[in-house]
Amino acid sequence: MEFWIELLISVLIVAGAVFVFVGSLGLVKLPDFYTRLHGPTKATTLGMGCLLVASMTLVTNQNGFLSLHELLITLFLLITAPVTAHMLAKTALHHKLDIAEKTHDKALSKQARKRLNP
Amino acid sequence: MLKTAILIATVLVCISMFLNLWRVFIGPSRPDRILALDTMYINSIALIILFGIASSTTLYFEAALLIAMLGFVSTAAMCKYILRGDLIE
Amino acid sequence: MRANPRFRWLPMPLHSLLLLTVWLLLNNTMAPGHLVLGSFLAITIPLLTSGMQNPQPSFHKPFTIIRYVFMVLGDIVVANFEVAFLILGPNKKLNPAFVAIPLEIEFELPITILASTVSLTPGTVSAEISEDKKWLYVHVLNLTDKDELIAQIKSRYERPLMEIFQC
Repeated sequence: MEFWIELLISVLIVAGAVFVFVGSLGLVKLPDFYTRLHGPTKATTLGMGCLLVASMTLVTNQNGFLSLHELLITLFLLITAPVTAHMLAKTALHHKLDIAEKTHDKALSKQARKRLNP
Repeated sequence: MLKTAILIATVLVCISMFLNLWRVFIGPSRPDRILALDTMYINSIALIILFGIASSTTLYFEAALLIAMLGFVSTAAMCKYILRGDLIE
Repeated sequence: MRANPRFRWLPMPLHSLLLLTVWLLLNNTMAPGHLVLGSFLAITIPLLTSGMQNPQPSFHKPFTIIRYVFMVLGDIVVANFEVAFLILGPNKKLNPAFVAIPLEIEFELPITILASTVSLTPGTVSAEISEDKKWLYVHVLNLTDKDELIAQIKSRYERPLMEIFQC
């Protein structure tokens, strides 16, 4: 394998793992549920994207033909991540979970729960 | 170099799975636990992909795709269950 | 199956193309056998399922769609770096907020795409939509300026979607 390709794959793998790690760190560290929601849904999509692109490059380079099927997983995660986040936020609103003290416009969450206009 | 990168990445992903497990244990509410489980699904996909890269096969692609689908469906089902089980509706 | 009086072999051409592409990607091949089988599935499945479809506004302006997709992909990368730095920084610096965004676009599909885009991009998650589909409630991880955020979402994501769906 050429040096440059190996370097590219290694960098992509490490970057992807770092993003996955940061997402999970946010899950543990952030103060309330709504802020925790931001960590996994964002950091994991790019993390997984990097890992899958690395896998794609490696397999293409080894087998000599274009291997694109990892794109399916990336696409699937990109489509489902916002849906999951939206449903979790909806659930949290209905359960009246604690909202961090310094959140602006806390009153809006009551309107959102009843699906009224602000 | 590739071996070292895979080692570092695997260690990072394993640590993040432990962090998720921690959130599943202490999570003050049910949505927190569902979110942690969903993140764990995604991290296990990452582990499988890394294992596939390390053993340089594409055999694990289907497993990763299936886990992604199961993760989404189970998260959606649990959210829906908790939503409908609530007395507010 | 024949809900509409005129029978068409390809009731949903975009879906057929998508099905063929996904079949070929799933098998990771361009072999003629899989091309034939994939085309067969791509023609049969829409014929059987077109009756179950909800009427949705159709796509216009393919170039705007492509530009929109690449803009969103770029924004996802930027969003990930921003969110990563916010998470690694101290919790005190965070400035979370709920924001209500007035919507101008109508119909379910465009609103779904807008809400998904908002969830995927810089520090925002769409939480709920009002009953009359006029307001989108968004949770922001780090709010700097409320009016600027609303204006940015409206000009950057809503305007292209309105152009694409012409509504």
